[in-house]
Amino acid sequence: MTQLPGLLDTEALRKDFPILDRVVHDGKKLVYLDNAATSQTPRQVLDVLSEYYEQHNANVHRGVHVLAEEATALYEGARDKVAEFINAPSRDEVIFTKNASESLNLVANMLGWADEPYRVDSDTEIVITEMEHHSNIVPWQLLAQRTGAKLKWFGLTDDGRLDLSNIDEVITEKTKIVSFVLVSNILGTQNPVEAIVRRAQQVGALVCIDASQAAPHMPLDVQALQADFVAFTGHKMCGPTGIGVLWGRQELLEDLPPFLGGGEMIETVSMHSSTYAPAPHKFEAGTPPVSQAIGLGAAIDYLNAIGMEKILAHEHALTEYAVKRLLEVPDLRIIGPTTAEERGAAISFTLGDIHPHDVGQVLDEQGIAVRVGHHCARPVCLRYGIPATTRASFYLYSTPAEIDALVDGLEHVRNFFG
Amino acid sequence: MYQEVILDHYKNPHGRGLRDGDAEVHHVNPTCGDEITLRVKYDGTKIEDVSYEGQGCSISQASASVLNELLVGKEFSDARKIQETFLELMQSKGKLEPDDAMEDILEDAVAFAGVSKYPARVKCALLSWMAWKDATAQVLGGADAEKETTA
Repeated sequence: MTQLPGLLDTEALRKDFPILDRVVHDGKKLVYLDNAATSQTPRQVLDVLSEYYEQHNANVHRGVHVLAEEATALYEGARDKVAEFINAPSRDEVIFTKNASESLNLVANMLGWADEPYRVDSDTEIVITEMEHHSNIVPWQLLAQRTGAKLKWFGLTDDGRLDLSNIDEVITEKTKIVSFVLVSNILGTQNPVEAIVRRAQQVGALVCIDASQAAPHMPLDVQALQADFVAFTGHKMCGPTGIGVLWGRQELLEDLPPFLGGGEMIETVSMHSSTYAPAPHKFEAGTPPVSQAIGLGAAIDYLNAIGMEKILAHEHALTEYAVKRLLEVPDLRIIGPTTAEERGAAISFTLGDIHPHDVGQVLDEQGIAVRVGHHCARPVCLRYGIPATTRASFYLYSTPAEIDALVDGLEHVRNFFG
Repeated sequence: MYQEVILDHYKNPHGRGLRDGDAEVHHVNPTCGDEITLRVKYDGTKIEDVSYEGQGCSISQASASVLNELLVGKEFSDARKIQETFLELMQSKGKLEPDDAMEDILEDAVAFAGVSKYPARVKCALLSWMAWKDATAQVLGGADAEKETTA
């Protein structure tokens, strides 16, 4: 078996993930390489979820009975865990949403309804990049259409990185918000936060970072990033689906208007008007995803017990190995950086003229789960002149043997369609 | 799923390329980016030609090739019967075992029976057939439709 420096003890870790023992298609061992889409859930998180429903289930922030108080303490305890995980200055800066898309839509709608100095209107500009997930494109297109603001973006270089050569023309005095991805879900590229934040701060623009593909894989420090908003999602970091996070700087959350109205987000309500609860509750209308938030808290405990630095090192070693092995496959072209430097553990590629759907299907027949398509980042496919890609993505439980299985699987695909 | 017949049509497609037609449509499958541009030539009773150009997976490309082979030269009513039968097979979720009558109607297209078990791929197989149905409706739709279809 291939031994690489920096790997985690995957033999022990994999015992925490019952699903990794699954066999598919008449006895093929599952090789799960679709972690950028969603991660698998360890028993420690599953146990917390079932214990919550078996022992503590109630609605939160209302009711004075034992279960209501326990559920509230668990839900708010999860907020504490998230705040600590991302080094937030205050727990009140952590807003629970249903996913990263909702987090990003929330920011766009806060700004759309805001007063000066935050207001986005027809005299202002919004800046994104060509490598964004659709969830960080469409909310800004909607905002631009509704307000008349101009939407601008950074292009990409041939080797899959942001082209910042014209940064002073893209981010200008008119820019109100710069929103970009920390690690691309399709290219794997890790973006240079500091250069973008510095320019945004020069012109007084707010910065929003989509950390969906970063939070699961590396230490995340919102203070070090110096952003104004950071969004990510629970299900890519060993948590359940239906729970996302928006972190925002406290003074902004105080100043900016709510988006969704309803129960829980109010202070007082009369038939004429209402006043609002302080953040984060101002942005959490209605019954929140209680068990999902608690599950995310358990996932954070699980990740912390391993250590985010160690997870980062593990994935870096795997990425280095995977890039090397994949480039040995004839006709394989990596779409994105072809080294492991400044890149995450999602690797997209094309294989000759074979359509990614066919690649994915024949790999699936061998038990290998990858993602095929445009990965909700169609502008990237257009930029590189390809209809779609095949993407393999790794996590803390991935192994070099699984990368070997992928490479063998791709040889089989080539022979099959050759 | 990948029957030999499907792979043959994928590697050696029938009637590929755009030729003269009475209506043209462009259909896409947004989940995977498969695309087809398809033209239909209809002389009032018979399908004279179905020409197409597109990109996509082996299933969508082979399906377009089979469509061309089956429908060109057929009376419209027969072509529609084939299209409806193929749709029925593809929507069967793998539960329909094609009988002799169905095989007589569908010929090579019965090879797609296995695809119907894969929900994510059914749309690939149906892409060209839905495009043909749409283009044919435009041809039969008369003058209004013709205005939109500057082929």
